[in-house]
Amino acid sequence: MNARKPSIAALLLALVPFVAMCFTVSLWDRIEPMPLGIPFNLFWLICWIILTPLCMWGAYRVEAARDAGQGADR
Amino acid sequence: MSAAAAVCLTIIVATVAIGTAVGFLAGAREVMSLEQWTVGGRRFGAVLVFLLTAGEVYTTFSFLGASGWAYSRGGPILYVLAYLALAYVVSFFILPPLWELGCRVGMQTQSDFFAVRYGNRALAALVCVVGIACFVPYIQLQITGIGIIVAVASYDAIGRTPAMVVAVALLVAFVFARGIRAVAWVSVVKDALMVFATLAIGIGVPLVHFGGPAPMFAGLVHAHPRHLTMPGATPNLGHAWFISTVLLTSLGLYMWPHAFAASFTAKSADTLRRNAVVMPLYTLTLALIFFAGFAAVLIVPGLANGDLAMLTVVRQTFPPWFLGVVGGAGALTAMVPASIFLLTAATLLAKNLYRPLLAPTMSDDQVAGLARAMVVVLGIISLSLAIFSSSTLVSLLLTGYAGVTQFFPGVVLGLYSKRVTARAVFAGMIAGVGTALFLMLTHRDPLYGVSAGFVALCLNFVITISVSLFSRKPT
Repeated sequence: MNARKPSIAALLLALVPFVAMCFTVSLWDRIEPMPLGIPFNLFWLICWIILTPLCMWGAYRVEAARDAGQGADR
Repeated sequence: MSAAAAVCLTIIVATVAIGTAVGFLAGAREVMSLEQWTVGGRRFGAVLVFLLTAGEVYTTFSFLGASGWAYSRGGPILYVLAYLALAYVVSFFILPPLWELGCRVGMQTQSDFFAVRYGNRALAALVCVVGIACFVPYIQLQITGIGIIVAVASYDAIGRTPAMVVAVALLVAFVFARGIRAVAWVSVVKDALMVFATLAIGIGVPLVHFGGPAPMFAGLVHAHPRHLTMPGATPNLGHAWFISTVLLTSLGLYMWPHAFAASFTAKSADTLRRNAVVMPLYTLTLALIFFAGFAAVLIVPGLANGDLAMLTVVRQTFPPWFLGVVGGAGALTAMVPASIFLLTAATLLAKNLYRPLLAPTMSDDQVAGLARAMVVVLGIISLSLAIFSSSTLVSLLLTGYAGVTQFFPGVVLGLYSKRVTARAVFAGMIAGVGTALFLMLTHRDPLYGVSAGFVALCLNFVITISVSLFSRKPT
């Protein structure tokens, strides 16, 4: 009944956006500097919305490689 | 009625009519079995799943509510950008194994998962009751949203109540007739319109009034230096609140019964995984909605109801036909989620509560019939609540979020752990829902700066894990 546990590499890649967008809020919740005239906190989050799919694409590749490896073993 | 209102209304009516027609035409050739009606026969590809999930995540609350919060509360609204992007990160690990299990044993609802994984009817019924209870205020909120949109966009020529009655009649009709497939295709129309409207508003409003976003933000920082950081215009929504709320809501997004069930419509686990990778990008449109909300602080200060900020600014900035397009997109934005909620809640009531407890011999076709009747009943209940609504809607909604997140320990431990037991999940869920309700109803949210739902979720995890360890009876 249980699912196969995700790989450590995929979990670490997924942890990156959590650290960047959630746990470190005290470090980036400020107005200055204002890149492109946008407050820093808003700019930071917009950047990480674009970077999050890159992290998860990495996690996807890791999981897909594991699936393929496991298929060959059987 | 003024000429502007007439133009505006014609466009709203046409938009809703086209959206509804697309819903009716979709799946007109399909035979409506229970599985077809609820999970589209499990044959949706990446694009349709993307649109369906996007369609139900971006509701009236994000369209009017996000700009309303940016306007009335400032900095704390940033939690929305973080939690949506992170919710898809969480979904990457939860939905694919869930889909595999669901496909193997033919699950259609969230309650099915608990019934199959834990083999416990009481737990499945509890999940069902909590889920439906959390839905009612959410449906009610969407209907109220339609009322606000049509009233503002018609320059108050149409009252809220008739607008809500017509909208509910339409959505009950197409959910009744066509099920989930109709909803997915209406999402296509709605999303196209909404992306267009969002781009135009997010770029247009700062450009027309200030010459661009940079001068707009410079003016805002000058006039209200504290508005753009946390806690903004609120007394207690600081960084602890941000972290706990982002965790609570990003873990909770896919615990909503409809979002959970929508994953069963995918045609493979890989579809869901790829979807989780790209979905965060959709959150960018919300950043543009914030621009409009922030601009409204300078353009139309002092509105009593922040939820009206975006529409008021649009009415002051653009010609009436454009307000009509925004109103039409907004109305569909409320109708799509409302119909998904109706469909999910009706299926839960008929399939997971009525049949197992009262009529075990019912066939799938009879359940489908009963679920359709429940769509009508739930539609009427939510409409009456919306008509006689009070101002506590938002607090009810947040209570709902704190409620559904209490499913998370049972889901994630159920998927990945052998040792967790039905009794432990039941105890944890009761403790979590009870704590969340108590803290919110006694106005202790946030508790020492931490979101009450998050406190309840931590307690839930502790109880679920410790009861599992003590009972030592693997399921």
